[in-house]
Amino acid sequence: MTEPLLEARGVTRRFGHVQALRGAAFTAYAGEVVALIGDNGAGKSTLVKTLAGALRPDGGEILLDGRPVHLTDPVDAQRLGIETVYQDLALAHDLDAAANLFLGREPTRFSFLHVLDRGVMQRRAAEAFDELGIRLPDMSAPVRQLSGGQRQCVAVARAVAWASRVVFMDEPTAALGVVQRKQVLDLIRRVRDRGVTVVLISHNMPEVLAVADRVEVLRLGRRVARFTAADTSVEQLVSAMTGGLDQEGAA
Amino acid sequence: MTTTAVSEETTETGRIPALLRSNTVWTLAVLVALFALFAVLKPAEFATTFNIRNVATDSAILLVLAVGMTFVIVTAGIDLSVGSVLVFSGVVAAKTMVALGGTTAGWGGIALGALAGMGSGLGWGLVNGLLVTKARIPPLIATLGSLGVALGLAQVITGGSDVNRIPAKLANAIGYGLVAGVPWLVIIAVLIAVVFGLLLALTRFGRHTYAIGSNAEAARRVGIKVDRHLIKVYALSGLLSGVAGVLSLAHYTTTTIASHTSDNLSAIAAVVIGGASLFGGVGTVAGTVIGVLIPGVLRNGLIILGAQRFWLDVAVGAVLVVAVFFDQLRRRARERR
Repeated sequence: MTEPLLEARGVTRRFGHVQALRGAAFTAYAGEVVALIGDNGAGKSTLVKTLAGALRPDGGEILLDGRPVHLTDPVDAQRLGIETVYQDLALAHDLDAAANLFLGREPTRFSFLHVLDRGVMQRRAAEAFDELGIRLPDMSAPVRQLSGGQRQCVAVARAVAWASRVVFMDEPTAALGVVQRKQVLDLIRRVRDRGVTVVLISHNMPEVLAVADRVEVLRLGRRVARFTAADTSVEQLVSAMTGGLDQEGAA
Repeated sequence: MTTTAVSEETTETGRIPALLRSNTVWTLAVLVALFALFAVLKPAEFATTFNIRNVATDSAILLVLAVGMTFVIVTAGIDLSVGSVLVFSGVVAAKTMVALGGTTAGWGGIALGALAGMGSGLGWGLVNGLLVTKARIPPLIATLGSLGVALGLAQVITGGSDVNRIPAKLANAIGYGLVAGVPWLVIIAVLIAVVFGLLLALTRFGRHTYAIGSNAEAARRVGIKVDRHLIKVYALSGLLSGVAGVLSLAHYTTTTIASHTSDNLSAIAAVVIGGASLFGGVGTVAGTVIGVLIPGVLRNGLIILGAQRFWLDVAVGAVLVVAVFFDQLRRRARERR
């Protein structure tokens, strides 16, 4: 296979007495949807946070394009083209969709006055939503007034608009109904088709197999298995998650 | 002012719905109705230049406090210390001016005194900001603490009696002076409202203020320096309290130590009547201007109608609750859409 785009090797992280990551490994290739699965407490969220710059690992290394990178905060990761859609979406609910898309990165005019360039924001936000096939009933409404699925779309669009390399999505469909769930899965495919790697964290096995190209399984803070989605069954995934299968051996 | 608040929520699509959705338009309608009512009931006394000038002057100092309070409330914070900081800043300014010549002090002494007063206000604001962000003390408690400390220290400095040898030049110009019939006090307050209204509505600083009030954690994750921003917001509120202290000194020619115990609540009421949410993320300076004027006009009108003084507080308190009640109704109706 080709060079990995983003890779974690031997990542460790401890919270007090809990060893959340025990030499965890993870690999993502360019232009794929890779799912990261594991039981509760397997370390998925911790691993994703370290890869997204939100948590600093105690040990191990993170490589982007084969070169080690040190991420001290999410902004570092964002600068390298890595974005995250958090499970709680991290939207400012009183601001409209465009304002959320540009949150923290607002284009401004009259340099030192930092006057918001609303025209540019509205236009580029409309383009970003169009490109992903997202339709919002009212672009000027605060996102508080949008449905859960629509809010999810805004959060995804924001991540995609700024991510040039990798988007992490933490349980993006967990809180959604059937129709909205399908909407978001379609969105994930469209993001992949634009050449951006999607890392999907999910509990929902059928969903993972439906949308992912590959699956990596974490258990007790380590990667225990890797699968190609097309020739894998839900039973195999569950078996790897619960300890019936360990491809990578004990560290 | 109103137009800035409206364009805040307006886009190319749906100019009219956005206008009707705007809180500011509704509160402005209430203000206009109130004004019209008193003007009809007592045209000879109420709707005169003299009386309108009085209402504006009486509201000017509160407006300066309420502008700072708007920023704080939009971040989902609160600043209870504004009245005490006003007094403290006024005392520092007065003491400085007295030391530099008292009633006969020149503009140099006045300027230094004013700067000292504003500097004190800024200092208290920074203290509040640091307590809230670095010491992680809830804003209600942090500013309640500085309310007590600032007022206590003001009394320590003065020995409890008001400083009243205020420079005559300051009182005559800023305190009572008119420009084309408009009091200096009103001009200064309106300028402050316009400048900071634009800052909140149009700039990145303003946008981040709303973002932090909406979801501080989200703001942090997109790289907004939340603590630094909050310190700036509390510092702004302190600075404007300092400015209000100097204006109050100029207008009353004394430090009025005992008269500002409910300024904080008046400012909060104005901001809330103006459509801001105490949960943060919502509010405009234009709304606050109206929120200052509604109780102002109401008090003035009731006095002219001959109401007993004690009824004024009853009326203003009731207006606050009714305003928030209707606001809640409209918000709920909108969210069910």
